Amino acid sequence: MRNVAKTFGRNPVLRNVSLEIAEGEFLTILGESGSGKTTLLRIVAGFESASSGELWMGAERLDGQPPYRRPVNTVFQSYALFPHLTVEENVAYGLRVVKRPEHEVNQRVAEALDKVKMTAHAKKKPSKISGGQQQRVALARALVNRPRLLLLDEPLSALDANLRRQMQVELKSLQRDVGIAFVFVTHDQEEAMVMSDRIALLRSGELEQVATPREIYNRPATAYVAQFVGHTNLLTGEVQNGVVRSGPLSWPTALPDGPALFSLRPEHIRLAGTSVSSDVVRIRGRVTQQAFHGATDLVRVDCGGLVLVMRTASSSAALNEVELEFSASDAVVVRESPERN
Amino acid sequence: MFSRAYKTVVTVPPLVWVTVFLLVPYLLMFCYSFWSVSPSQTIVHSWNLDNYKELLQKTVYWQTLLRSMWIAARVMLFSLLLGYPLAYFLSFYAGRRKDLLYQLVIIPLWVSYLVRAYAWKTILGSDGVLNTLLQYAHVTKHPLDFLLYSPFAVVLTLTHIYTPFTFLPIFAALEHIPRNLVEASHDLGATPAQTFWKVIFPLSIPGVLAGATFAFVLSLGDFLAPLLLGGPSGIMISNIVVSLFGAAYNWPLGAAISLAMLVIVISLLVFSERLEKEWSFS
Repeated sequence: MRNVAKTFGRNPVLRNVSLEIAEGEFLTILGESGSGKTTLLRIVAGFESASSGELWMGAERLDGQPPYRRPVNTVFQSYALFPHLTVEENVAYGLRVVKRPEHEVNQRVAEALDKVKMTAHAKKKPSKISGGQQQRVALARALVNRPRLLLLDEPLSALDANLRRQMQVELKSLQRDVGIAFVFVTHDQEEAMVMSDRIALLRSGELEQVATPREIYNRPATAYVAQFVGHTNLLTGEVQNGVVRSGPLSWPTALPDGPALFSLRPEHIRLAGTSVSSDVVRIRGRVTQQAFHGATDLVRVDCGGLVLVMRTASSSAALNEVELEFSASDAVVVRESPERN
Repeated sequence: MFSRAYKTVVTVPPLVWVTVFLLVPYLLMFCYSFWSVSPSQTIVHSWNLDNYKELLQKTVYWQTLLRSMWIAARVMLFSLLLGYPLAYFLSFYAGRRKDLLYQLVIIPLWVSYLVRAYAWKTILGSDGVLNTLLQYAHVTKHPLDFLLYSPFAVVLTLTHIYTPFTFLPIFAALEHIPRNLVEASHDLGATPAQTFWKVIFPLSIPGVLAGATFAFVLSLGDFLAPLLLGGPSGIMISNIVVSLFGAAYNWPLGAAISLAMLVIVISLLVFSERLEKEWSFS
């Protein structure tokens, strides 16, 4: 994808999106609703044409080609199974329209249905099977064509939480199994983290960061990324002569002088112990809120005007006056995310 | 949920209406069809099957019935051939002009049937618009006389009148097809033509059946178009019923023919209803 942009009327939806997808990669396009992620997917599929920019697949230029000539298949958000065809006929559709020999069609359909464990329902109409099953059929219908790229438009959003987690795992192992590049669109950052090789975070039609889930989480490039993916404390600071000052906090740094913004994950803050590591920053504060999150608690601590959120092991004991510490190296510098519209 | 009184108030008037204006007349017709007319032109209330025998034996009746069905079948075919492409274009390609074009299709329905039938009379007549034009252009020397007072004129007029009735259900069916199915089909490698025949057309069949039924049933019972434009060769079964109830004063035979038509039409409706159910997926 080179410099893809899209404008609806006078409303820019995508701006200068450049993205490279590797063979066999699981790439997630993550973004809030309205960030343009579905539009981006539709441009790759060919349902929408970009206002400018180019799409290439290897040496072949894709934009300008109608969707039915692109070696790309899509799993739609609402599955879009053909209601008048059986599960089997739905899966066979893509092979039949390109007139593959019937014995090959039957064999590949059987394999695809087997892969998604839907062989038992082959003769049923889509309206007679559950949402999760429809999901699998939609997947089989796309994969049976052996596309070079599979696009998935929030395919799990209609499923309930339990089934969803199960499908995340299945989808990921299926992807490894078939070795086809997946471009997965979602607004769910947890889903993106669990499944992806890389995440492309889209905000108001522009890419904020493209990186592995770990990198996105541990080294967010911008304040927006840091806040969108997981919880974080954003600290505005001022660097002067190798020292950062942020409210009541200060720690040594190698940054040049000037304003700086830091992201500090709650799990990197802990109750002050006896460690005497040189880059430890300590501060006293009063607990204002302690929220139970299962295995951990998120604790809000008021440190004299600066509120820090800390993650601790879950405990029923209410905390009150605490001394906190964190390693200065865990406060990651991030860029400001300017407002866009 | 609703009180008894409310339910009564709401349901009784339509029930009374249907009973008085539909069930009772049909029942009377049913009785009449088994009665007979005496030589002195009075209706004799003696039960017999003579009217039905006459209907089957006298060729003029069942031949006219067959011809009416043939005319109705042609009207159905032509309204489908006109209505489907129109509905398809409007639903898929009209874009922002969709509402306007839809209204343009509907507006002729507001014009009186008689006016439209008479309009065809002035167009098709021997010194009508069409013949004058053809003569002026030296396509023909003498006015073409098959244009008016022929089954052709009846089929043409009825097609004009009933095409909106086939258009409407087809348009509704096409509008109900989720557009992502069309996208899915293209995505899976089907060309637009393949997509039409494998996805769009099968899913629009309930609308086609409803439209075909409208056109066939409405034209089968039509008597004004044949009266105004049909001439002797374009007589339809309803014209015979009209004359039997009128000048010929043979209500029993007229009732028998009407009931025979009613049976045909109801069987058709049941049949198309079944087919529609078979082809609907939701």
